[in-house]
Amino acid sequence: MVTQVKSTADSVPLTELPDANGHFGPYGGRFVAETLMGPLEELRAAYEKFCQDPDFQAELDSDLAHFVGRPSPLYHAERWSRELGGAQIYLKREDLNHTGAHKVNNTVGQALLARRMGKKRIIAETGAGQHGVATATVAARFGMQCVVYMGAEDIQRQAINVYRMRLLGAEVVSVESGSKTLKDALNEAMRDWVTNIDDTFYIIGTVAGPHPYPAMVRDFQTIIGREARAQILEQAGRLPDGLIACVGGGSNAIGLFYPFLEDTDVAMYGVEGGGDGVDSGRHAAPLCAGRPGVLHGNRTYLMEDADGQIIETHSVSAGLDYPGVGPEHAWLKDSGRAQYVAATDEQALQAFHELTRVEGIIPALESSHALAYAGQLAPTLDSDKLLIVNLSGRGDKDIHTVAGLEGIKV
Amino acid sequence: MSRIATRFEALRAAGRKALIPYITAGDPQPAVTVPLMHALVEAGADILELGVPFSDPMADGPVIQAACERALKHHVSLHQVLDMVRSFRERDAETPVVLMGYLNPVEVMGYQAFSEAAQAAGVDGVLTVDLPPEEAHELVACMKAQQLDPIFLAAPNSDATRIRLMTENGGGFLYYVSFKGVTGANRLDVQAVQDKLNEIRANTDLPVGVGFGISDAETAAQIAAFADAVVVGSVLVKRVAALAGQPDQIPLQAPQVIAEMRAAMDAV
Repeated sequence: MVTQVKSTADSVPLTELPDANGHFGPYGGRFVAETLMGPLEELRAAYEKFCQDPDFQAELDSDLAHFVGRPSPLYHAERWSRELGGAQIYLKREDLNHTGAHKVNNTVGQALLARRMGKKRIIAETGAGQHGVATATVAARFGMQCVVYMGAEDIQRQAINVYRMRLLGAEVVSVESGSKTLKDALNEAMRDWVTNIDDTFYIIGTVAGPHPYPAMVRDFQTIIGREARAQILEQAGRLPDGLIACVGGGSNAIGLFYPFLEDTDVAMYGVEGGGDGVDSGRHAAPLCAGRPGVLHGNRTYLMEDADGQIIETHSVSAGLDYPGVGPEHAWLKDSGRAQYVAATDEQALQAFHELTRVEGIIPALESSHALAYAGQLAPTLDSDKLLIVNLSGRGDKDIHTVAGLEGIKV
Repeated sequence: MSRIATRFEALRAAGRKALIPYITAGDPQPAVTVPLMHALVEAGADILELGVPFSDPMADGPVIQAACERALKHHVSLHQVLDMVRSFRERDAETPVVLMGYLNPVEVMGYQAFSEAAQAAGVDGVLTVDLPPEEAHELVACMKAQQLDPIFLAAPNSDATRIRLMTENGGGFLYYVSFKGVTGANRLDVQAVQDKLNEIRANTDLPVGVGFGISDAETAAQIAAFADAVVVGSVLVKRVAALAGQPDQIPLQAPQVIAEMRAAMDAV
């Protein structure tokens, strides 16, 4: 219903969004059953209180340093840059975090918040299992009960992460409804939350869902961009020319982009899962080929049919296999501040092999989409241009998928 | 006066309470829905709640999730649901029909186009599960311009301010969700519902219906003793599902549970 929404956001600086009700222009908001309105307000108030609280910030900083292993390096991929023959590529090494991806930046933050709010039970949804593992990890550390909802299809595809979560003491619940993937896991987690709101904290893994989640998860992930900004200034003496990150729900991308929003000379590229190609219809690229609608508590771009039913997505990367996207990305797209493109499965796999071979770093398939676009963009730019690519996760979890696609049994 | 208000006034004059059965449109196949709606009226329904199938029914339990999936196998769209209401109206101009569903199919059709089409089809009210009053201003304006009642859901944790917000924006009746949870769960506490209803009535003049978890005639009668309406969904949808293999029998057999509830409610 974007055409009917008169937005006042045009004149508001991008860094001052969302508004009090969680709107980024016409996107975002709180589209949930009435029972969740109170708990969302309670969460918003608690978050606003604790994010100003020096004790909370000190605890978060300490955990990010000593438990997660931050700051993560910014690595100049000199050999790959030389092979590409254009811009200099720097990799923000979120793959080196504890649990192997950027997801833990957010789960540490939300778990600390849950503790301050006196919640004893944690729930989460997961697709590939990375957010589930990151949640189970912090639940283990803080001694909290943890239930992770995961689509039955994804449980089949990601058996190792399922076992990892169970080792960490989490209960993994198989979701058999709908398409049996991430979107259905999110539905089921919401159903659990609405039933157990008094003692349960729902850790959403991306910058989607009802307000305050998109803003809160973004804030926890901006550590990526804040570090990268300081690191590139130190290493190269200036701001980069472009930022590149993959976008499923979009948490690693917004985490990198946000601290650069007011640096108008820094271009931003979000790379969606192009699957078999955006023209094929088999993809996970709502910003490139979807349209606005309402799902999972927020208005944003969606993959849907003519009747407004949500359609199944396709991507080689389970972490990008989601029919929606964070509402702030929807607004960054409409406002023109960021550009959104897609990389196909094939392009991502090629980039996966290239980085592994040339730099000795095995990237996650999600991050490989960002690398694929970097590989296209860099050769079109002069060699004094600088690009930062968010290497959002490591590829160990994807070894079986990649081997399987090549007909190799591991 | 709207068909819903007229119906509640007539019931009040007769000293009776409204019985509102819910079915998912197109479940288990589209041809069943209109005959079933008529059969429910014959069994004693005062208002019908017709579910618009959605791929991601976040507030529903497994019974209604499965009903949505059965209907969506036949690609039942919002347009088709409106056609069903139009067809129902050919034989029944009196019984109010309320659509219950999620926002996205309405977003895709467009608020104005939807409101006009719903009015033309003979719909009386619309209950959008994932649309709290804060986000509802535009749709409410479009609906009111077409004399449609926007029906809001109140929950056990809705405070007085929120009840008043729903009353300001809503019409028809207020739907009180009897517990924190999803449709069809077994968590109903009749005394707690009665206490909360007293609090709600202090903040609204709308009739108040109670739904979620009402699964037998005895409970329906207990709720009817203090509420204006009893909404019954999952237990009826379960009967429909059990008869999916013999769809001709659905209008004959499924409404029996409604007839039992009607009898128990009227005996109070």
